[in-house]
Amino acid sequence: MDNLILRAKELLENKTVQVVIGYEAGPTGVVRPAFISDPANADSLIYDERCVQNLAVYLTKPEVKHLGRIAIVSSLPVMRSIMMLISEQQISYDEIVVLGISADGVLLDIADLSVMQGYIDKSDLSNPVKYKELLAELKKLTPAEKFEYWQKELSKCIKCYACRQACPMCYCTRCTVEVNQPQWISVQSNAHGNMEWHILRAMHLAGRCISCGECGRACPVGIPCHLLTMHLTDQVYNYFKVYAGTSEKMNSVMSTYEPNDKESFIV
Amino acid sequence: MAENIYKPYLMKIGSIVEETPDVRTFRLIFKNPEDAEKFSFKAGQFGEYSVFGEGESTFCIASSPTRKEYIECTFRKAGRVTNALANLEVGDTVGFRGPYGNTFPIEQWEGKNLLYIAGGIALPPMRCVIWNTIDLRHKYKDITIVYGARTVGDLVYKQELKEWSERPDIKMITTVDPGGQTPDWKGETGFVPMVLEKAAPSSENCIAILCGPPVMIKFTMPVLKKLGFQDKDIYTTLENRMKCGFGKCGRCNVGKVFVCKDGPVFSYEQILSLPEEY
Amino acid sequence: METIRKLIRKQSLEKLYNNLAANRKVYAPVIAADKKAEYKYNPGFADVTFDHIRSTLSVKNIVFPKVENLFFYENSKTESTITDIDLDKIPEVVLWGAHPCDNAAFDTLRSIFCWDTKDEFFSRRLEKLTVIGLGCHSSDEYCFCTSVGLSPSSSRGSDILLTKLQTGDYQAEILTAKGNEIVSSFPDLFEPLTDEKVDITEVKQKFSHKQVTEKLAGAFEHEFWIANSLRCIGCGACAYVCPTCACFDIQDETKGKNGKRYRSWDSCGFGLFTLHTSGHNPRHVQSQRWRQRIMHKFSYMPDRNESLGCVGCGRCSSGCPVDMNIAEQLEALQNI
Repeated sequence: MDNLILRAKELLENKTVQVVIGYEAGPTGVVRPAFISDPANADSLIYDERCVQNLAVYLTKPEVKHLGRIAIVSSLPVMRSIMMLISEQQISYDEIVVLGISADGVLLDIADLSVMQGYIDKSDLSNPVKYKELLAELKKLTPAEKFEYWQKELSKCIKCYACRQACPMCYCTRCTVEVNQPQWISVQSNAHGNMEWHILRAMHLAGRCISCGECGRACPVGIPCHLLTMHLTDQVYNYFKVYAGTSEKMNSVMSTYEPNDKESFIV
Repeated sequence: MAENIYKPYLMKIGSIVEETPDVRTFRLIFKNPEDAEKFSFKAGQFGEYSVFGEGESTFCIASSPTRKEYIECTFRKAGRVTNALANLEVGDTVGFRGPYGNTFPIEQWEGKNLLYIAGGIALPPMRCVIWNTIDLRHKYKDITIVYGARTVGDLVYKQELKEWSERPDIKMITTVDPGGQTPDWKGETGFVPMVLEKAAPSSENCIAILCGPPVMIKFTMPVLKKLGFQDKDIYTTLENRMKCGFGKCGRCNVGKVFVCKDGPVFSYEQILSLPEEY
Repeated sequence: METIRKLIRKQSLEKLYNNLAANRKVYAPVIAADKKAEYKYNPGFADVTFDHIRSTLSVKNIVFPKVENLFFYENSKTESTITDIDLDKIPEVVLWGAHPCDNAAFDTLRSIFCWDTKDEFFSRRLEKLTVIGLGCHSSDEYCFCTSVGLSPSSSRGSDILLTKLQTGDYQAEILTAKGNEIVSSFPDLFEPLTDEKVDITEVKQKFSHKQVTEKLAGAFEHEFWIANSLRCIGCGACAYVCPTCACFDIQDETKGKNGKRYRSWDSCGFGLFTLHTSGHNPRHVQSQRWRQRIMHKFSYMPDRNESLGCVGCGRCSSGCPVDMNIAEQLEALQNI
């Protein structure tokens, strides 16, 4: 922790960056993102098991970009998000400094993109264990049971789009649900419209989701919508043997074709 | 059942004028004569026009309240509803609800000179008040209209522009942006602010009504100030996104002011007191 | 009418509930699978909770459903027709066990839906609603009703307000004719109230809403908004869980020739909310939208609707994925 604070102060003091995005404990004790521009405030930075939000979502936010060069506290999912954003040309590595944090909470020395690449390469990139169990449970259900499960869960959806807004990969300035010529997705929140939205969201993240679980965490009504995208992460790996956010030069598996692509899933 | 404030009048399209390739004027006739009987509005007010299945879109009533049998609206194909409207034909049904909003204070303007300045598709919100004051011509002194568009093809209400320019009791100045003129163009060539500055109408006992794209407003305001117009004697309309039209849906407000209730007509003096949220 | 206080025994509450639920829709809180409270229609009395602090969603959907059909249409070019919604079919609803903040919110919603032009959809639903409120005997760090002119025992919006007594029985304050009608229908269940002590929680006042309103009048351009909304991700969670947020969208949906025009919940937190067709957006960044949210509730509404737009339930803050804590921000705004 002290290392992180010292590093943040140093980066701000020598003006390498203008803002450090990390975590702090709010007045009610809830951990939340912090935007530190004054080195004197860097002492409020914390890092522990409560620091789970994927901060990479802020890298494409106009007001945050406006602050200048950014240092960002990055656990593995954040680093993978950064890799995705670079590969999709939304940010460049030069705009940021990665304050990498290892799985056991130690500050890493991520000197450049290749070091970050190396760290990602030696990490376990499959879905986190706590979600694997839930996914396995779901897999046991029959298609009819699965449909019933999701209908029940998605009936809770109020279309607040917290799942979309919390996701670093959902950076489009105009989401498909906001396009009305034609109206692809029903605007209203009902069983049909909710199902359309969640299927669309999941499909747009197939091969792009880095399994941070942020969408499910953000949902105010507790829909485990992260299981949809994580299931697709498994599927994509099974078919293409790739995980998202693992290379700056990665092409999206869903929008590229390779002659040796498996076709067994095409009905 | 009590009144459903969201239920539109059913209107029949009486005629369609293709003003420019993407601008249409509809004349709309109430399908139910009783609705027509009860309906009245004042210059400056707007309505919600709808194509069933596509939704509603907000624009002003472009005809004069002195013409009772119909209302007219002019719109540019821009979004989902206006594109759907543009595909309709004479005889088709359109939904209309309104009138909403405040009005141009034309009673207060009696005995004064009127200077109308409009650019492009912003003539329609002004056409209503122009015709209203022309129909009550004896109540006003000089009426000057300065209207500009990018090209000759983009001028709307071509027939009326001709009619107004032929009237001895209206001073009509029409202009197109440099490069927008055709070989037989007889009007001015130049941007609205420059043309206005050249024409230099007197601000003495005069009300200026200004509608146009933001860039035109930006460069016209200094000219009006130079000519001696005071903020309280300049009027314009604000056009924020709206849904309900009666101050409930929450999106058109500029600070605490509802454009749908307190507007769309504002004096420049009022505009200056508002936060920049339009 | 003058408030009458009576006693209702714990076991009589069950009888009252079952009698009401026998022939009416009763909307009552239960504890859901995720351990959070949610409201359901006519749950069994055994499942009804008397101890919840706040449900995830508010109860505004009774009077302002997330989707409300405005009319049906048949679109056939020259002969399109409109069919009205039969508002007489709106059912009577008894809201059971909702807390004072949620019940006060009906008044706030009325100040939006019925100012200037009366919204029939809302007002007819409100007419059909009877509220049996429940004073709060527990609260948490997100509660701030006392900062917005309410309290854990406020009776505003309730027809009957139940308050737990230290004996475990309940005090029933009968506040309106609607409330009296219920009590008169079941006279055996209500007894005279003897001097008994109520079990009411204490909610610490965090700020003065009057001072906040005064400060906001001159705070539109303050740097506060950007600095305090950097972490806002721009979702609609706060607005959708809020009992007083009433912004809505109007849309059409058609199948073949037939369709409906409806309104649905919307949020000032969305960029699309104010986006013009031209691409221009008067509130183009999140800080402007966050400012709108606070200004609307604490400055514009007191001015235009003669009502504060917040009841201090704390849902927006407890439901926010990034801890945009409104009470904390209002406390800070009071001192800028």
